[in-house]
Amino acid sequence: MNKLSEKIMHAVFFVAAIASIIAVLLICIFLFANGIPAIGKIGLFDFLLGTSWKPTDVPPSFGIFPMILGSIYVTAGAIVIGVPIGILTSVFMSHYCPKRIYKVLKPATELLAGIPSVVYGFFGLVVIVPVIRYLFGGTGSSILAASVILGIMILPTIIGVSESAIRSVPQSYYEGSLALGATHERTIFRVCLPAARSGIMAGVVLGIGRAIGETMAVIMIAGNQPRMPAGILKGVRTLTANIVIEMGYAADLHREALIATGVVLFIFILIINISFSVLKRKENKQ
Amino acid sequence: MTSDTAINKLTVMDKLRSYLKHPGSLIAAVFVMAAAVLTFAALIFLICYILIKGVPYIKPSLFEWKYTTENVSMLPSIINTLIMTVVSLIIAIPLGLFTAIYLVEYSGKNSSKIVAVIRLTTETLSGIPSIVYGLFGMLFFVTYLHWGYSILAGAFTMSIMILPLIMRTAEEALLSVSDSYREASFGLGAGRLRTIFRIVLPAAMPGIAAGIILAIGRIVGETAALMYTAGTVAEIPKNLLSSGRTLALHMYALSSEGFYQNEAYATAVVLLVFVLLINTLSSFIARKITKA
Repeated sequence: MNKLSEKIMHAVFFVAAIASIIAVLLICIFLFANGIPAIGKIGLFDFLLGTSWKPTDVPPSFGIFPMILGSIYVTAGAIVIGVPIGILTSVFMSHYCPKRIYKVLKPATELLAGIPSVVYGFFGLVVIVPVIRYLFGGTGSSILAASVILGIMILPTIIGVSESAIRSVPQSYYEGSLALGATHERTIFRVCLPAARSGIMAGVVLGIGRAIGETMAVIMIAGNQPRMPAGILKGVRTLTANIVIEMGYAADLHREALIATGVVLFIFILIINISFSVLKRKENKQ
Repeated sequence: MTSDTAINKLTVMDKLRSYLKHPGSLIAAVFVMAAAVLTFAALIFLICYILIKGVPYIKPSLFEWKYTTENVSMLPSIINTLIMTVVSLIIAIPLGLFTAIYLVEYSGKNSSKIVAVIRLTTETLSGIPSIVYGLFGMLFFVTYLHWGYSILAGAFTMSIMILPLIMRTAEEALLSVSDSYREASFGLGAGRLRTIFRIVLPAAMPGIAAGIILAIGRIVGETAALMYTAGTVAEIPKNLLSSGRTLALHMYALSSEGFYQNEAYATAVVLLVFVLLINTLSSFIARKITKA
């Protein structure tokens, strides 16, 4: 009796463990099965490199190159803003911050990660966009606005990963450098940060993944015009925004083209994930 | 780690003198401080701005049973959010917990091929953006299984999304239970199952709970994955197969329609307060773990 229940539960645990594998398989199968045929019909190069997205024209054109560029530009902007601030903040958290302040700041970074993306988007809509409109003119909904908000949104990811990377640098490195007469700052920036390099890179890559996959916050502030990006103060549409905005009314080939957009996004994310785990493995080896 | 652990402690004056001798270091220090101030100022500004602008618009009428275009009540969305959270957790907790149990208690230290694959897939799952989950949920649950836009489709989508989070935190919690507990339990003649459920799980409970709370935060804040799975009907659902928008989705709808800016502020306040509560709770539990 007891033996039997042991065996049954072992099987139950095993089946549960398989669930995540099944989930990934299902996601891949359903995305690719619904997206790839559309790419075939449109033509791979016309789809990926076509510069006009006019799904309702006759004949329609489905080129997602503007959206690919849009995602890349917005992500690059987020990196420019978020990475330096994030890494410097993680240096502050690991090497400057007194314990008492750290106890407040650590939950604060977790809170930054916990705020829903619609709230970030709304904040961008009511604060960042008007500020940009006031300073530079135009509508305000722009690559710049999206970059600023995404830069803030990826901060907790970058801070968390780089802080633990910096902390895992052996204390003897720090002490050795101080003993050679280097200042606190010189030690951190010339010894500790280079030693933590691959961990920090892993954090940046994870941040890139967050930024490229972010949807709601970007939709609310990026303007969403499906055309080639024309400047940092002009509106842009990302891959994620393209899916959400048009999925509600799309049909037939248009709908399949949107799913294919999701496939392209999914492949981007897979590439980013693989580079993240490669970097992570490198860090663990050190 | 920090400079206070160094053997020679510098006074403030010494530090200043050293900075004057090394202007490069001074500049670096200023940049570090400025970045930290910027990060936390952004957080404080965001929270205060939303609270100050939003609190005045929180009126009792926003918590009425019925949603109408004149009174965009958020109560139906709050109820939807609760249902969505409960259903998602009912699906995801057993799966996540059992996976963690399998990985920690059954697979042994010599990780087999299947364990490596499970780790790879959960890592993949945790990196997939929510819109891709939304697309998958729409294709599989809504269309292929013919559930339509429904709470159930949304909850299944969400449960796949939070699975890696629950699994990873549960695994860490189980790993942190000392092996002497297990050995003592086996020594007293308890079987494997009994050891897991009576000894290991209770000891790992706080860690597991912290993971579940984080998962609740993810569900409450999610929008993109629910838009085309749970749909956007602003009513209390009749059953699990009817559509219903959660609070985050409600807020997106309000702010994108453009007529309800004030109500959107009020909804943002409710969401923020909720996130604050969840974070306080999880860090409270985390502190309990480190004490124990």
